[in-house]
Amino acid sequence: MTIKNKKNMLVSLYVLFFIICIFIIFGKNTFFDFLNRVGMNGILVLAMVPSVCCGAGLNFGISMGILCGLLGGVISIELGFSGVSGFIFAVALSVVFSTLTGIGYGKILNGIKGDEMTVGTYAGFSAVSLMSIAWVLLPFKSPDMVWTIGGKGLRTTISLENSFGGILGIFGSIVFFVIMCVLVYLFLHTKTGIAMKTAGIKPKFALNCGIKPDKYRVLGITLSNILGALGILVYSSGYGFIQLYQSPLMMPFSAVAGILLGGATIKKASVFNAVIGVCIFQLLITLSTPVINSILTDSSLSDAVRMTISYGVILYALVRQGGRRLK
Amino acid sequence: MTSIKNIFKNYTVPCIFIFLGVVGFLISGLSFRMVLNDIIERLGRNLFIVLSLIIPITAGMGINFALTIGAMAGQLAIIAVVIMNIEGIFGTFTAFLISLPIAFIFGLFIGILMNKTKGREMITGLIAGYFFSGIYQLIIILIPVNNPVIGVEGGRGIKSTIDLGIIKYSLDRFPTYIRIMGIKIPLFTLFICGLLCVFIWYLSKTKLGHHMKITGLDIKTAEERGINVNRVRVIAIILSTVFAAWGQIISLQNIGTLSTFGSHDQVGIYAAAAILVGGASIKKAGFMNAIVGTLLFYLLFIVAPKAGTNIFNDPQIGEFFRVFMAYGVIVVALYINNKRNRDY
Repeated sequence: MTIKNKKNMLVSLYVLFFIICIFIIFGKNTFFDFLNRVGMNGILVLAMVPSVCCGAGLNFGISMGILCGLLGGVISIELGFSGVSGFIFAVALSVVFSTLTGIGYGKILNGIKGDEMTVGTYAGFSAVSLMSIAWVLLPFKSPDMVWTIGGKGLRTTISLENSFGGILGIFGSIVFFVIMCVLVYLFLHTKTGIAMKTAGIKPKFALNCGIKPDKYRVLGITLSNILGALGILVYSSGYGFIQLYQSPLMMPFSAVAGILLGGATIKKASVFNAVIGVCIFQLLITLSTPVINSILTDSSLSDAVRMTISYGVILYALVRQGGRRLK
Repeated sequence: MTSIKNIFKNYTVPCIFIFLGVVGFLISGLSFRMVLNDIIERLGRNLFIVLSLIIPITAGMGINFALTIGAMAGQLAIIAVVIMNIEGIFGTFTAFLISLPIAFIFGLFIGILMNKTKGREMITGLIAGYFFSGIYQLIIILIPVNNPVIGVEGGRGIKSTIDLGIIKYSLDRFPTYIRIMGIKIPLFTLFICGLLCVFIWYLSKTKLGHHMKITGLDIKTAEERGINVNRVRVIAIILSTVFAAWGQIISLQNIGTLSTFGSHDQVGIYAAAAILVGGASIKKAGFMNAIVGTLLFYLLFIVAPKAGTNIFNDPQIGEFFRVFMAYGVIVVALYINNKRNRDY
């Protein structure tokens, strides 16, 4: 067993130990709440892995994938699908959308090597605003989604009670997350996956080996985008509502903080990091909420604490990575 | 014909925005005088903050998205002034003074942070802004205040909106209320912005300014010439942060209300978008870029909601469109710059 494997084993044992402790101390409800959160947020965190592996850094533009997922979900409801078929249809549609946008977004990122994260953040923000216009203008008719007064434009939150809300359940979403993890893991160990990782770590070396780094960067970003779309569908299904307009704006940051907590850096991330990261991050949130609420009865405070923690983690990761080697 | 082509090639972004602005103005159907009035007010309100971006760009640190942190320092100073209840122009200048040490310390911190992440200053600044925003909110919620004007009942925390009546228009209408042909002119505010322009120009002539320019051009060469690169960069960020704090005070004395949790949020993005609209790149910017950019960006800002209402019968869409524009212009400008830089 290599040192890395030993380290990974140790970390997973610690985390498992903590989770069991929580089960014993806080009881079943908190534990299921925690599991539910892991299932809901897992794939969004996992979506960072291909983007980091292909050398584009943390994908702050994951909101683009999230928007594709939301669009798929909304169209599925509009066409009257419900239950499992609605979910599958939404997934299929959003995969198509996110593949297309992912390729475009990857091409943009190839034009601005070195500033992917800055541009990604703003590209995500602007996409959210653009789609906000689209949510108002698109000709949706379903009475479940359109404002009752005026009959035009989608509501800010759409209940999924009549469609695919909660169809996965806690167990289902966890299983879905695990399947996705296995798929990404397997992909990263195929020939294409290894080529992608090489292109990410050493683009010059990859070019000498006959690997085109630009092509693999587009591939990685597209995969990340698709995972983002799937992630938001699972999230919405678990949450029971689809949230439109400004709500996807800050979602990338918690996903980024999640994977960084799992020990990933800007240059290196694995499926293991994503799994551990989402566990730790959700543990933190599940436990901190009742604690903070019992100390102070101010809900805005727990938001501020959460914000400080997640951005602090990202900042720490940036500083730890250090400067780029200057030409 | 070739000269026109050249102008478009060199000033792609400003040209696009002039076009958008004119089209938006025609669609909106607003009167010219009203738009002019609004633009001049916005110019006075925002120019100072936009100018504060120039120094870090010269020093090769890209756009300082950590401007929000400076803005928070300014807001803390304004809260202090409201507590002390100093009225009029003295209040504003007291706020300038109080914000100076706070912004200095914040700037020092950001500078050290950015020296550790050379080459990734922009994303570091962005995240640092959000991080500080969290800390700032904690301070605002937890600080014990016994002042009934700004404190929440119960003695802990500050109200979410504070009326700044005591310093409202204290700079804009100093010494008196000036109106030329029905257009309000914030003469003293523009004079202060002019002073900052002069300062930036003067700085570029000094030894420190030269060092900044060399550091910005090529950090390796600067090191070989014996310039203390880290020190120069920290000074650039400190100056920028202090000016951002002052700029926020200037803009708040014009707005007249402080939204404690949200006033600083968009400062960095709008200022960055404005200077990029003016044709600046992340490597090169001058005060003409800042002035032209502020004019053009806020022209669109004023006409977009009205134009949106006229086209789609929905004011919300204009609002979304202008936010989209602010973010989009940053993406487009960074993309164009990067392409151009690679051509060399």
